[in-house]
Amino acid sequence: METLYAITTGVLTACGLYLTLRGRTFPVVVGLTLTSYAVNLFLFSMGGLTTDGAAIVHGDGNYADPLPQALVLTAIVIGFAMTAFVVILAMRARSEAGNDHVDGKKEDRE
Amino acid sequence: MMQHLIVFPVIVPLVAGILLLYQRQGLIRYKRIVSILATLLTLAAATGLVSVAVQGDIVYYALGDWQPPFGIVLVLDRLSALMLLVTALLAVGAVVYACAGDDEKGSNFHGLFQWQLLGINGAFLTGDLFNLFVFFEVLLLASYALLLHGGGKARIQASVHYVVLNLAGSSLFLIAVGILYGATGTLNMADMAQRLASLPAERQGLVSAGALMLLVVFGLKAAIMPLYFWLPRAYAAAPAPVAALFAIMTKVGIYAILRVYTLLFSDSTGALFALEQPWVWWLALATLAVAGAGVIAARDLRLLVAYLVLISVGTLLAGVGIRTPAAISALLYYLIHTTLITGGLFLLADMIGQQRGKAGTRIVKGRPMVQGAGLALLFFIGAIAVIGMPPLSGAIGKALVLNAAQGTQRLWLWPLLLLASLASLIALSRAGSTMFWRSHLGSPSGSVLPRRQWFGVAWLLSAAPLLVALAGPISEYTQATADQLANPQRLIDTLLPAAEEAS
Repeated sequence: METLYAITTGVLTACGLYLTLRGRTFPVVVGLTLTSYAVNLFLFSMGGLTTDGAAIVHGDGNYADPLPQALVLTAIVIGFAMTAFVVILAMRARSEAGNDHVDGKKEDRE
Repeated sequence: MMQHLIVFPVIVPLVAGILLLYQRQGLIRYKRIVSILATLLTLAAATGLVSVAVQGDIVYYALGDWQPPFGIVLVLDRLSALMLLVTALLAVGAVVYACAGDDEKGSNFHGLFQWQLLGINGAFLTGDLFNLFVFFEVLLLASYALLLHGGGKARIQASVHYVVLNLAGSSLFLIAVGILYGATGTLNMADMAQRLASLPAERQGLVSAGALMLLVVFGLKAAIMPLYFWLPRAYAAAPAPVAALFAIMTKVGIYAILRVYTLLFSDSTGALFALEQPWVWWLALATLAVAGAGVIAARDLRLLVAYLVLISVGTLLAGVGIRTPAAISALLYYLIHTTLITGGLFLLADMIGQQRGKAGTRIVKGRPMVQGAGLALLFFIGAIAVIGMPPLSGAIGKALVLNAAQGTQRLWLWPLLLLASLASLIALSRAGSTMFWRSHLGSPSGSVLPRRQWFGVAWLLSAAPLLVALAGPISEYTQATADQLANPQRLIDTLLPAAEEAS
C-alpha cells in the first residue's frame, strides 16, 4: 500500500509542478489544485499509514492518528478558498489584459 | 483580565473585521471610526503586552485551557511583544492615512485591513507550527484582496504573480510541516525543540530536509535573494496604505526564521545546530547586492522604495546569518526603524504622486507642487533615515549591524552594506532633486492634501528622531530579547513544566 500511495503522491506533485510552470493562467490554476491534492495526501500519510484503525482511542492500541486528519481538513478548506480566489483573479486578469498569459503579454502561439 | 491580554491582539481585529463586513460600501464614517478605534485598542493591548514582557517572564495562553503540548497556545516573549508593538504603530499610521479617501476606492477596505492585522498578530504570537501556517494564510488572504483594492491593470498583473507564488509557497509549507510532524510526532514548537534534542540519527536527514524547506517558505515571505521577484512589482502597485502595511509582511518572514531556527535548532540539537546559517548569510549578502543595483535602476519613486525594503531585508537577514546575540539585538533595533520608515516613505511617495498630476511618482521633471516645501522636508527626513546617515535612526541601526559582524564576516558585510547605502543615497538624492527642484516652469496646480495624510506620514517618520532619543532603553530591550532567544530552554520549561520535573 505504501508504494502505491507514494507513487500516487509523486505523480500528482509532478503533474502539478509541470502545469504550474505553464504560461497561461488556466493550466496554472489546475496545476496549483493538483499540487494541493498531492499535499493533502502527503499530510494524510505523515502520521504513518494504519489499516483497520479505530477513528478514536478506545481501549487498547490500534487507532489512527487523529491529528493529520484534522490538518488535512484545515488544508482542504483553505485550499478550496484559495482556488476560488485564484479562479476569479485569473478571470479578471483575462478581462483586463485581453489575454490569459500570466505576464499579461501577448505571446507567440505555443 | 490581565491574563487574557495576550489574546487581545488577535480577538480585537477579528471582531472589528466582522463588524466592518456590514454593508460593502456606505456608512464610511462609522467604518472609519470602528477601524481606527480597533487599531488604537490593538496598540493599547500591544503596549500592555510589552510592559508584561519587559519583566522577562515568558507567558503563554492555552486556548480552551488545553495545556501544551496538546492544545493550541499563544506564547508571549520579548520578541513577539516587540513585533506586536511595531505592527500596531505602523497600522495606526496606515489606517489614518487610508481614511483620507483611499478606503473608498473599493469595497471592504477596513474589514480586510483588520483581518490582515489579525493574521500578522497571530503569526507573531502562536507557539505552534501548524497555527503559524494558518495565520500565514489568514494574512495572505487578506493581503491578496488588499493588493487588488481599487483595481487596475498593474495591480491585477502583480496580484497574479503574488498569489500564484504564495500558493506554491503554502504547499511547500504544508509539506515541510508534514515532514517535521512525521519525524518528531508533535507540532508544538517547544515540544518539538525538546524532541529534536534526542532525535534518532536516522531521522536527521528528514528533519534537515523539512527545516530547509521551511526556510524556502519563510525566505519567500521575507523576499530573500532568489525569491524576491514578486516584491518590487507588488509593492509598487499596491495602494499606498496597503503598501505601508506590507512593510511589516517581509518582517513576518524574518520573525519566523528567527523564531523557528533559534528555538528548534539551538545548540542542544547537536548536528542540526544552526543548519540554516550558511544559507541565510550568503543569500542575505546576495540580496544586498541585487537590491543596491535595483535602487539605482528604479525609475519610479514607489519602485525605489520597494527596493529600499529589499535592502533592509538583506541587512536584517545578514544579522540573522551572523546569529550571535549581539547581531540579533542589532537587527531588532534596525527592524523597528526600517519597518516604520519604509512604511512612511510609501505613504509619502503616494502624496508626492498626487500633487504631480500626470508625472505621478515617476522620477521625471513634472509641474511644481502646491505643498512642495512640506513634502520636500518630509522626504528629506525620510531619506536621511532610510539611507542611514546621522543623526537619525538608520545610522545607529546600520552601525550596530556592522559592528556585530566579526572576523571575515566584516570583509563581506561591510563593503556590501555600505555600497548598498551609497546606492540608496545616490538614488534618493537624484529622485529628490528631480522631483522638487527640476520642475517645469509655471504655476503650481493640484489640490491641497488632506490633513489625515500628513498625520499618517508624520506619525511614521517621527520614529526616526524618537528612535535616536530613546536608543538607550530600546537597545537594552533588544539586547535582553536576543539573550532570551539565545536561551530557548526557558521557553521550553515555561510551556512544558512537567517535562522539566521528569528529567
